[in-house]
Amino acid sequence: MNQPREQTVPPRLALAHISKSFPGVKANEDISLSVAPGEIHALLGENGAGKSTLVKIIYGVQQADEGTISWNGAPVAIPSPKAARKLGIGMVFQHFSLFDAMTVIENIALGLDEAVDREALKAQVAAILESYSLPLDPDREVHTLSVGERQRIEIVRCLLQKPKLLIMDEPTSVLTPQEVERLFATLRQIALGGCSILYISHKLSEIKALCDGATILRGGRVVASCDPKVETTKRMAELMIGAELRKIEHGNAAEAGVVRLSVSGLSLPGEPPFGTDLEEISFDARAGEILGIAGVAGNGQAELLTALSGERLAAKAEAISLDGKPIGLEGAGARRAAGLACVPEERNGHAAVPDFSLAENAILTARHRLPLAPLGLISRGMVQRFADDVIRRFDVRTTGNGALARSLSGGNLQKFIMGREIGQQPAVLVVSQPTWGVDAGAAAAIRQELVDLAAKGSAVVVISQDLDELLELANRLCVINEGRLSAPRPVASLGIDEIGLMMGGIHGAETAAHA
Amino acid sequence: MLEWRRRREPSTLMLWLSPLIAIALTMLLGMIVFTAMGYDGCHAVESIFLTPFLEPQRWADIGVKAAPLVMIALGLAIGFRANVWNIGAEGQYIMGAIAGTGVALLTYEMTGWWILPAMVLAGILGGMAWAAIPAFLRVKLQVSEILTSLMLTYVAVQFLYYLVRGPWKDPDGFNFPQTRMFTADQTLPIMLEGSLVHLGIPAALLLAVVAWLTMEKTIAGYAVKVVGLAPAAARHGGFSAGRTTWATLLLSGALAGLAGLFEAAGPFGQLTPQFPVGYGFTAIIVAFLGRLHPLGIVFGGIVLAGTYVGGEIAQSTVRLPQAATGLFQALLLFMLLATDVLVRWRIAFKWRAA
Repeated sequence: MNQPREQTVPPRLALAHISKSFPGVKANEDISLSVAPGEIHALLGENGAGKSTLVKIIYGVQQADEGTISWNGAPVAIPSPKAARKLGIGMVFQHFSLFDAMTVIENIALGLDEAVDREALKAQVAAILESYSLPLDPDREVHTLSVGERQRIEIVRCLLQKPKLLIMDEPTSVLTPQEVERLFATLRQIALGGCSILYISHKLSEIKALCDGATILRGGRVVASCDPKVETTKRMAELMIGAELRKIEHGNAAEAGVVRLSVSGLSLPGEPPFGTDLEEISFDARAGEILGIAGVAGNGQAELLTALSGERLAAKAEAISLDGKPIGLEGAGARRAAGLACVPEERNGHAAVPDFSLAENAILTARHRLPLAPLGLISRGMVQRFADDVIRRFDVRTTGNGALARSLSGGNLQKFIMGREIGQQPAVLVVSQPTWGVDAGAAAAIRQELVDLAAKGSAVVVISQDLDELLELANRLCVINEGRLSAPRPVASLGIDEIGLMMGGIHGAETAAHA
Repeated sequence: MLEWRRRREPSTLMLWLSPLIAIALTMLLGMIVFTAMGYDGCHAVESIFLTPFLEPQRWADIGVKAAPLVMIALGLAIGFRANVWNIGAEGQYIMGAIAGTGVALLTYEMTGWWILPAMVLAGILGGMAWAAIPAFLRVKLQVSEILTSLMLTYVAVQFLYYLVRGPWKDPDGFNFPQTRMFTADQTLPIMLEGSLVHLGIPAALLLAVVAWLTMEKTIAGYAVKVVGLAPAAARHGGFSAGRTTWATLLLSGALAGLAGLFEAAGPFGQLTPQFPVGYGFTAIIVAFLGRLHPLGIVFGGIVLAGTYVGGEIAQSTVRLPQAATGLFQALLLFMLLATDVLVRWRIAFKWRAA
């Protein structure tokens, strides 16, 4: 079934010496790569390596300054996304463009370049869903669908146009492990039908599992092309970040100290309309340990974080204690002053103010523990010094402490936010998704800082959907499911199958929903 | 071909240039509209926008009218930064004047340095009290302060009419609907001999500087900005949206009340039904023309005060109706809102080959 890869078959897509500059940055420089028919080709690189720009050039959103694009061996110009679709290039973006209040089929009809008869379209969609065995009800309204199902709409939209090349931009960043498996099966089937896939990611394990070839970008240039099935993950990561990958060094973590954060019987109704109720949550976090909280998105993680941070208050003071002192009725400011720091999952607009500079964002949560604003007067010097310290220590790539938070890439902003909290030496740090959307190099640095913070006697609680991350970091692990928390278990004693059992309820529910 | 392109970062140049572009567009459009209506459009625009500033004998008048505009706009702008939309400053302005006048009528037969400060305090409290109603309704019951503050303006106006025609009517006033004239101890000191330039002008300038320092240098100003820009981040950082709503509404009420008292104890010297001239509404335009920045608001206040003075000039020179001033002011607000797009977007000229 696979297309024969002979010399005579021209590559589906070939880029030669593509360069693109923006004021102040060379986003792409002399990039060449080729994708064979039916090949799943990975475009691998850290945040800011130039992946997005390159993809925008291929999809006609932007024009290259130099270089040529060849399509099936013939040079082409791609002046617009419409032209790209006409050639047979489809793209599934990281952020979907769907109307929540409309049905699946209505959304698909809206996305097409030409008006199509509704009944004919329905038949076509049904055929695609059938042949790829995609579970999706065309008549459901989008707001009732999971993220994975929404992504399937975008994929179906592309498949309708019988693409020859499908571009997937970080498709798994929002999916559960089960949804990832299903997506990979679909992508393999699409490739088997002769369609090439350009797969953009920085998750090495996925690329190893899925892709036939890989082009690695760093700083806007191609640093290597390789066969990910043969190359080691470590080597690819090193190529991607341009340095020897640091291994997380655990200190002598076996000796857990006194209880620093104690949560007992914490219940809180979820905020309407979609909040999850927290029910009788109890756990202890001890000095020197990292406690991991695993679970699939939407099971109460966000609610747990805001309940701990003090953005929402508990019903009684004793529900949350810090170093033996009940703080359940204290507000966010008082809890921070007492030494409980929290980092929510959403960076822009929750952990940081997008339209504020980094220095101004430093004030947001650090003013309680550091003398940034004595007597309510902001000390510019202190604020800038603290922001500069964070930028230096956490290697935040930015033009300076005056840069707007929104101008930073997700990974860099996360490094700044983590640095802001760790730099205050909190007694307890609770962090949700510490490395979400962060490239491998930065993720390793952030994890090391968490380990170091615990080693100095703080208690660290990591809420994450990334099981690998938790297994690497945590000393003890528990699972949150529908607002309830399981009893923590030492990670060292856990087998993979046991974790599977702990998450079993979730897995079962997921399968049942699509049965 | 023209095309809008999103800027990578908001343009600082356009942030300050767009109000000037808006003024230029207002002048151009005003010229066209009034020419089409059969007036001498060129001359009308000249009278309203240029003459007041070119003739030095008008400057004192501009200052007197700018002072209340600046004071009110300072308070409104701070609220707007926190997403608190007090558009009822006119009502708070009237209630400030009424409260201050109440003190004046009580102390009618007394003398002493303390009378004017007591009136000022009453003016501030009167404005605050009127603004406290929308604050309470918004924080406790989630009622939009836009509606409540606006509607309370009309209550204040009717209350004023009632007082000057009823209980507070001047017994020696030949039955005119007005209060007694204030005594010397109840009147603002004149700063410039032989003019109406009163204490309110330096007070407005001082307040602008204080407001600027508060917004830039204090945690209180920081709280206002965070609550307005990112409510979730504000909560995360331990700032209370409810407290900020209270504080900004009380502050804007206090400043509007102070401006009202200054106007009553200054140029008017009494309360009459003609007392509300719409400064509370015009101050909204001043706040936006000044980009919600205290120092920009001083500039905006001077420009809008100029249109009041110029409107009077145009009535005599071009026979423009009195309503023309309001029309120009409204036109300016539209232009301001329209040119705001230039901060985040730019116009590109594109030559399409196809």
